[in-house]
Amino acid sequence: MSQEQDRVTAALARVPYAKFLGVRAELKGDELTLVLPFADHLIGNPMLPALHGGVVGALMELAAITQLAVSGKAEKFPKTIDISIDYLRSGKPVDTYARARVVKIGRRIANVQVEAWQGERTQPIAALHGHFLVAEEDSAA
Amino acid sequence: MTSPPPDQHDAILERVRMMMQFTPQGRALGAELVRVGPSRAWGKAPYREELVGDPETGVIAGGVLTTFLDQICGVAVILSMQDPRPIATLDLRIDYMRAAAPGRDILAEAHCYKIGQTIAFVRATAYEDTPEDPIAHAVAAFMVHSGAVRKFGANLRERKS
Repeated sequence: MSQEQDRVTAALARVPYAKFLGVRAELKGDELTLVLPFADHLIGNPMLPALHGGVVGALMELAAITQLAVSGKAEKFPKTIDISIDYLRSGKPVDTYARARVVKIGRRIANVQVEAWQGERTQPIAALHGHFLVAEEDSAA
Repeated sequence: MTSPPPDQHDAILERVRMMMQFTPQGRALGAELVRVGPSRAWGKAPYREELVGDPETGVIAGGVLTTFLDQICGVAVILSMQDPRPIATLDLRIDYMRAAAPGRDILAEAHCYKIGQTIAFVRATAYEDTPEDPIAHAVAAFMVHSGAVRKFGANLRERKS
């Protein structure tokens, strides 16, 4: 395991909600993938059954925040300003993956796009784009 | 649009409450329905340590709000239908005005302000005390399914598309 992988794993382990969902991180080079192993408590629609849309959204938001923490080397977690989620397919009761792309990172605000998928990377089940506050007013340090 | 007379309010509330309890993730979050009205729903997501997103501040994770707001918006859509039909979230946008206060339960109010044959439009606000001091605003569109509905266990079979 690389030092970076350790850092990401440790950062995620400090977030109680990531533990609640059961999310873990896989880092290859500078490419971060969040993995959400399937668990019964993630279900939103027991009939199909399908993952709760909020959970898929939460996974993608965590992917954005963690990616920013990796690329920005920031010790503090970025804060969400806004997120917009498109649901493309219902989430099956299997493992789900999410990968974020930082489109633009300014001095204070970052624009990030995320996709979530299950079996095939080319068939995303949801997409998110959002803005995140990466630094407080006077973080010249 | 359904306008429940006062004597029906409790019965409707109970029925929709059971629906929320039926959702494993809703149960896991401890989210509950507090009140219902014509095309409107009020809910509560209790503060819990295990739902914290920022260990330094103790602020609840954004993902909790996403799930809670998605769910409460869905309830508002159900409440605006004469004959409840299955729905699915098409898109959801959330704007954060500020961080939620650590240690406080989060309340939310959702209003389905337009429902058509295919799509329902909803907005919602999350707050601790009053909607005038919001934590976040949400806007969502839901697909409203017609007669042909995906069958029980549809997601357990191979996906074609």
